[in-house]
Amino acid sequence: MNLVDYVEAQHERHDLPELRTGQTVRVYNRIIEGVKERVQVYEGTVLRVAGEGLKKTFTVRKLSHSVGVERIFPLHSPRLLKIEVMHQGYVRQARIYFLRDRVGKKAKLRRIDQR
Amino acid sequence: MSIGLFGRKVGMTQIFGPEGDRIPVTVVDAGPCTVVRVKTEDGVDGYNAIVVGYGDVKPKHVNKPKAGFFAKQGVEAKAHLREARLEAGDVALMEVGQEINVNLFSLGGFIDVIGTSIGRGFTGVIKRHNFNAPKATHGTHEKFRHGGSLGQNTTPGRVLKGKKMAGHYGNSRVTVQNLQVVGIEPEKNLLLIKGSVPGPNGRLIWMQKAVKG
Repeated sequence: MNLVDYVEAQHERHDLPELRTGQTVRVYNRIIEGVKERVQVYEGTVLRVAGEGLKKTFTVRKLSHSVGVERIFPLHSPRLLKIEVMHQGYVRQARIYFLRDRVGKKAKLRRIDQR
Repeated sequence: MSIGLFGRKVGMTQIFGPEGDRIPVTVVDAGPCTVVRVKTEDGVDGYNAIVVGYGDVKPKHVNKPKAGFFAKQGVEAKAHLREARLEAGDVALMEVGQEINVNLFSLGGFIDVIGTSIGRGFTGVIKRHNFNAPKATHGTHEKFRHGGSLGQNTTPGRVLKGKKMAGHYGNSRVTVQNLQVVGIEPEKNLLLIKGSVPGPNGRLIWMQKAVKG
C-alpha cells in the first residue's frame, strides 16, 4: 500500500452516507465560537462531489432569504457531526451548475422516488 | 550541520487537525539509515562527524574504491552517503553500524529539509524569474513571452552582470527551513511534514533538526 493512501486511510470517515449529485442533504456542522460549540444545520442540494480520498469535498446549494448560497464541505472533516440524505433528485450530469441560473419552480429537481 | 536522516518524498495530501482544520502534509518514507563511519577529533580526521548511509545497492553496482571503504568499515554497502558534523559528546555515543530512524525527530518539532528541486530544463524569463508577460494585443508582434530591454545605450554599453535571462531552471539544491513534523510512525518509517518539500515524488531528500529551531 502506498504510504499516502495509508495516511489517508487513517483519517477517513466511514460513518457518513455516500453522497451523490442531486441529493437534498441536511448537514450538521459543528461550529466553534471561542469556547462555545454549537451545531448548525445546513440543508440544500448537492451540486457536485469533487476530489478523491481524504480530499473529497461536496458543494451544497440552498436559498437563504431568496439569495443563493453555496458551501463547500470537506467530506472527511471531523467538524461534520452527521449528514442526512433527505431524497435523491433526478439528474443526468455529475455537476448540476445549471441550477444556479434557475429561479422558482424550475430550480427544483424531480424526485427520483416519485417517478 | 547536525545529525540527519535520508528519506524519499512519497507525495502530498492533507490531514485534519483537532479543530477540523486542514493541514497540508508531505508524506516521507524516511530512513532507516546506518552510521557507516565515525570520525573523531583525536583520530586521523581531526574533526567530529559521522557518515550516514541510506538505501540498498546491488554489490555489482558498487565500484571497487567504495566497496573497499565499506568492507573496511564492516558494513553493508549503501547507495547514498552524507557526512554530518557533530559535537564531541554526541559523536562518543555513535558507533559504526548503528541505525538512525525517524525517532531522531519529535512530534511537533521543527526540521530543515534539503533536496533537489524539480528540473524544468531551459526556461523562459516568465516562468524562471516571474517576469510579467507583455501585452498580446495593441500591435504586439512576435514577442509574446520576451523579457523586454536588456539595458541602456552607449552608457554603459554592455549588459550588466546578473541580468535575468532565460536559461536552465530547477534541478538545483534547495533547503526549506523550519518545517513542522506533524506525524511519526517508526514501524512504517513514516514521517509527515507540514508543508511542501523540494523535488518531485520519489526524490531523495535529507532531513535534519532545524538550524534556527
